[in-house]
Amino acid sequence: MGEGRLGVRKTYKLYIGGAFPRSESGRSYEVTGAGGEFLANVALASRKDVRDAVVAARRAQPGWSSATAYLRGQVLYRAAEMMEGRRGQFAEVVAGAEGLAAGEAASVVGAAVDRMVWYAGWSDKLAQVAGAANPVAGPYFNFSVPEPTGVVGVLAPQASSLLGLVSVLAPVVVSGNAAVVVASQERPLPAVELAEVLATSDLPGGVVNMLTGRTAELAPVLAAHRDVEALDLAGAPEGLEAELEATAAGNVKRVLRRRKPEPDWAGEPGPERMLYFVETKTVWHPIGL
Amino acid sequence: MPAAGLSELAGSEASLRRLLHGLPGVDQVGVEARAAALATRSVKTTAKLWAIDTAISMVDLTTLEGADTPGKVLDLCGKARRPDPADPSVPPVAAVCVYPDLVPVAKASLEGSTVKTASVATAFPSGRASLSVKLADVADAVKAGADEVDMVIDRGAFLAGRYGRVLGEVQAVREACGPARLKVILETGELATYDNVRRASWVAMIGGADFIKTSTGKVSPAATLPVALVMLEAARDFTEATGRAVGVKVAGGVRTAKDAIRYLVLVNEVAGEDWLEPARFRIGASSLLNDLLMQRSKQRSGAYAGAQDFSIE
Repeated sequence: MGEGRLGVRKTYKLYIGGAFPRSESGRSYEVTGAGGEFLANVALASRKDVRDAVVAARRAQPGWSSATAYLRGQVLYRAAEMMEGRRGQFAEVVAGAEGLAAGEAASVVGAAVDRMVWYAGWSDKLAQVAGAANPVAGPYFNFSVPEPTGVVGVLAPQASSLLGLVSVLAPVVVSGNAAVVVASQERPLPAVELAEVLATSDLPGGVVNMLTGRTAELAPVLAAHRDVEALDLAGAPEGLEAELEATAAGNVKRVLRRRKPEPDWAGEPGPERMLYFVETKTVWHPIGL
Repeated sequence: MPAAGLSELAGSEASLRRLLHGLPGVDQVGVEARAAALATRSVKTTAKLWAIDTAISMVDLTTLEGADTPGKVLDLCGKARRPDPADPSVPPVAAVCVYPDLVPVAKASLEGSTVKTASVATAFPSGRASLSVKLADVADAVKAGADEVDMVIDRGAFLAGRYGRVLGEVQAVREACGPARLKVILETGELATYDNVRRASWVAMIGGADFIKTSTGKVSPAATLPVALVMLEAARDFTEATGRAVGVKVAGGVRTAKDAIRYLVLVNEVAGEDWLEPARFRIGASSLLNDLLMQRSKQRSGAYAGAQDFSIE
């Protein structure tokens, strides 16, 4: 900061439908670093923000899923490029949030960028792995293809604020789903940075919506919402999972349970998370008639 | 304004002009500010539930497309009688509004229910036809069984200052309607000023309108809160002056429950509680009904509903 210059503090907002609104409720909460020091004031989302986010996601999902797999891969790769360009800033917020040394934070950011690239590459390969041409006893060409589930609610991991977030978000959107993400409650800053990256990555507004706030307040609203088709409980609050799963059964959501303890996100992920949020469509096509 | 004097005042082109231009001018800034202030009213919990049910009972479920088929009208009539098949406590809507040729289909399907059959007529939506053609259009709709007729005024004549011609048409259509209710569409989006809206409202009411209606839905802007405010004031003043109750119908652009509730607040504050019933206030809409049902279900179950929970038509 130059001589006599006032600090330009950043306002951390929500990301809904491609825009950065404050919470509808006007609330915010204090975020502290791993050492208890004050980091920033962050928007405290309400149930109405969840409602708006689901509306935005629902509106964006058909366009995103009908984009070619190649294009979706390009867009996610572009997001990775943008993250790469802001590595310094990501490293700073990750270090602050998770209490890591600068070097460790930089390597976590690197892993997160690589994870984004890894999932981007899957976009036009998923159908080859999860789809099939099925042998059937009849004059039919029978094949199965994976299709996106729809609008997916994602409770981001609580501990791993960036690598964990990318590891649960990328597999949801790469196949054509739209996501409503509730960021880590105590470590939300990297998620807001990621939202800013996504906003400048040609990702259509509404495909990813990022909410910051109390997970225990927002998760039940997402679980009960009848316009949400699946729920990833990766960062569900301790003791609330069973209730969330029961509520989610109201409209037969797919629910991906939380792994305990939180997995080491640095490990090779495999395609499971992508495969969980797709539906298999099988087509019987008459031949030789 | 003395009631007895109205018909004499409207007797000639010159006296009608004096009457209309003698109406108090509308303060544009004031009307818009008042409408905006009333739109911030917060209606919650039980009041919201009441407002949603009231709004549902005021909906004129409308389909006015070139592509309308008997099948689509039948679907719409089913939805009008029982908006939510899963919940019999949802009240039926006020009316189904269609083109004249589909009136018999709607009429037959709505037999035995409280839902009225409304038909647009008089060369809807432009109104560009001779009076005899317009009257034939109306007679056709009434003969087919329409309980309510939505006519359009001749905006060209009105804007050219030929108020007598507009009044004459409304009176002629009124006569052709017989027992059917007459709603007069002002198409406020084409009237340019609030003063014109007030004058057109008075012309329609003097001519015998049972309802004055904002728009056809084919012109943008359609219904807006300030326009509805001016029309509600006109209807209230006319009712006070003559003792004949005239209703207001907003149409076009009302898509969400929140919009609908804002109109109800306006009705209550401007015209009074007497207007909060389907005989005096209507909302012409198609997609609005589903949003009202979604909000109703949210209000009752606590969980946000999805669009796929409700039928498209």
